[in-house]
Amino acid sequence: MQEIRNYTMNFGPQHPAAHGVLRLVLEMDGETIVRADPHVGLLHRGTEKLAESKPFNQSIGYMDRLDYVSMMCNEHAYVKAIENLMGIEAPERAQYIRTMFDEITRILNHLMWIGSNALDLGAMAVFLYAFREREELMDVYEAVSGARMHATYYRPGGVYRDLPAQMSQYRESPWHKGKDLKRLNSWREGSMLDFLDAFTADFPARVDEYEELLTNNRIWKQRTVGIGVISPELAQQWGMTGAMLRGSGIAWDLRKKQPYAKYAEMDFDIPIGVNGDCYDRYLVRVEEMRQSNRIIKQCIDWLRVNSGPVMLKNFKVSPPSREEMKEDMEALIHHFKLFTEGYGVPAGETYAAVEAPKGEFGCYLVSDGANKPFRVHLRAPGFAHLSSMDPIVRGHMLADVVAMIGTYDLVFGEVDR
Amino acid sequence: MTDTPSNSLVERLSARFGGTLTISIARNEVTAELSAADLIAVTTALRDEAPFRFSEMIDLCGVDYLGYGQTEWDTETVSGTGFSRGVEGEAMGRFTWADRPRDVTQPRRFAAVVHLLSIEHNQRIRLRVFCEDDSLPVVPSLTTVWPGANWFEREAFDLYGIIFEGHPDLRRILTDYGFVGHPFRKDFPLIGNVEVRYDPEQKRVVYEPVSIEPRVLVPRVIRDNADLMQAKAEAADNWREN
Repeated sequence: MQEIRNYTMNFGPQHPAAHGVLRLVLEMDGETIVRADPHVGLLHRGTEKLAESKPFNQSIGYMDRLDYVSMMCNEHAYVKAIENLMGIEAPERAQYIRTMFDEITRILNHLMWIGSNALDLGAMAVFLYAFREREELMDVYEAVSGARMHATYYRPGGVYRDLPAQMSQYRESPWHKGKDLKRLNSWREGSMLDFLDAFTADFPARVDEYEELLTNNRIWKQRTVGIGVISPELAQQWGMTGAMLRGSGIAWDLRKKQPYAKYAEMDFDIPIGVNGDCYDRYLVRVEEMRQSNRIIKQCIDWLRVNSGPVMLKNFKVSPPSREEMKEDMEALIHHFKLFTEGYGVPAGETYAAVEAPKGEFGCYLVSDGANKPFRVHLRAPGFAHLSSMDPIVRGHMLADVVAMIGTYDLVFGEVDR
Repeated sequence: MTDTPSNSLVERLSARFGGTLTISIARNEVTAELSAADLIAVTTALRDEAPFRFSEMIDLCGVDYLGYGQTEWDTETVSGTGFSRGVEGEAMGRFTWADRPRDVTQPRRFAAVVHLLSIEHNQRIRLRVFCEDDSLPVVPSLTTVWPGANWFEREAFDLYGIIFEGHPDLRRILTDYGFVGHPFRKDFPLIGNVEVRYDPEQKRVVYEPVSIEPRVLVPRVIRDNADLMQAKAEAADNWREN
């Protein structure tokens, strides 16, 4: 009789479908997975330890670099933890801005996910469509913070600055000219809110386009329906949150259940899945994009008519304006102390969680009263999700592992921290 | 006692577990401290029993309390030469491996902190277990209660050297293959011990002792809370008009 034995395959860390630096050691029986052992940590930068060595505000930028496709949501968790301990709250306008940008971030993340997941499973076009819209939202990031990705926009006590009154426009260049230039700039005549308004009016039709490419696509369904089924019990045992949990039929969303910022005032629905397979999670995320679009629209309407401060006027946490510094000694001293030493956060501990696009992103912060955190622990949704890889892909085919990695929506910046 | 969800949780906890848990409540967050010996029994009850139903283990992490509350800048007392200059002390980033702060035997240095979530009751709880022995911190593993604890415990083992008894596969997870030490311990230097480079002569990657110097730009300082009290007072009445 012929001798049959299992063999071990190394998937990644340089595999295009590994979404970054995942090294997956697969024990295989033919094309069937017998055991999957993900090796993570190739992108470990010790963010939490670095944060312990710096004043509180200087670590906000590190948060962007954790889950680098949902930047502002990470900032939100960290900033919220600091605000919890200090007992301060951002002004109302800042809270609306945060809500709006959390949702912009969610769309950014889901666009990245739908593009790369479809690409992994063989659909090239979706990626190109999704990146067209991502570009527009990146411009919004840039307009408000000066950076397309790593914004460092949220601060304890509010946001860095108010929304710009004028959206930046494209200049004529060899790549953008004539009719093309006119089309690109047609939304950009007014303020940033005008631009976003035009975007939200247009976006549902764009989501229809992605759905037209995928939802009833035979190949897409063959690759996702019934693949990677996660029962509600299994999802809870493995600490799953976000779309992974909702895909299994549990209506759990921190924006509804433990509302923060201005989510309590927003009108939106939580989509849930039925079967808990990759296809249901796809449908959940697509619907989440539509719901995010609704929330953004509501924020725009509020922000248009209500002005006000976007930062707490408390010089212990926020800098005074340049103008004030020039005529006021006290303001100058505050500015100096804030930027050389930072601020002390009262001793204590807190856990602040937000509904990040990938799931629950939490920040456990311990302070001993110093100007630097004593311990920061960042609870990344992807870390918990990826740990469940082995029980879920056992018995699946190799190609399904790719579908599974896609549906986890992994970004190694947050898994490895 | 006002009737908030957190308070009612505390009541249910003390009715069920009595003296096993040391419960405190701050900022509407419930924290329960317990001994390692009780951990499995308590968490199993918290997961299964109807008044709790903490079905998800959201987070588990290690904490090293070495140097808690220590600063590099004494702002309380003044010496003959004035206030200290904020360049002393052994806080994070100040030392190399050779002159790391020695283990000043302080009771109970390491702790494992667990965050649980009850989807049914929409409630959270934080459990803290201190390790009895500083030189060999041991905590029972929660993998039998929530399989999802697996990686979180591997991470706490990797970064803090906390050993989870009964863990099926306690390997390092985030650090490099063959890494020595537990990098998130407070006596582990921020700059690390070794650096890596490619040696063209040996035609391979070599490890060498670090060549960079530890440095700190902002000293660690704890100021009197008057700071914040003043801020609150300023927020209350517009101080610029005073």
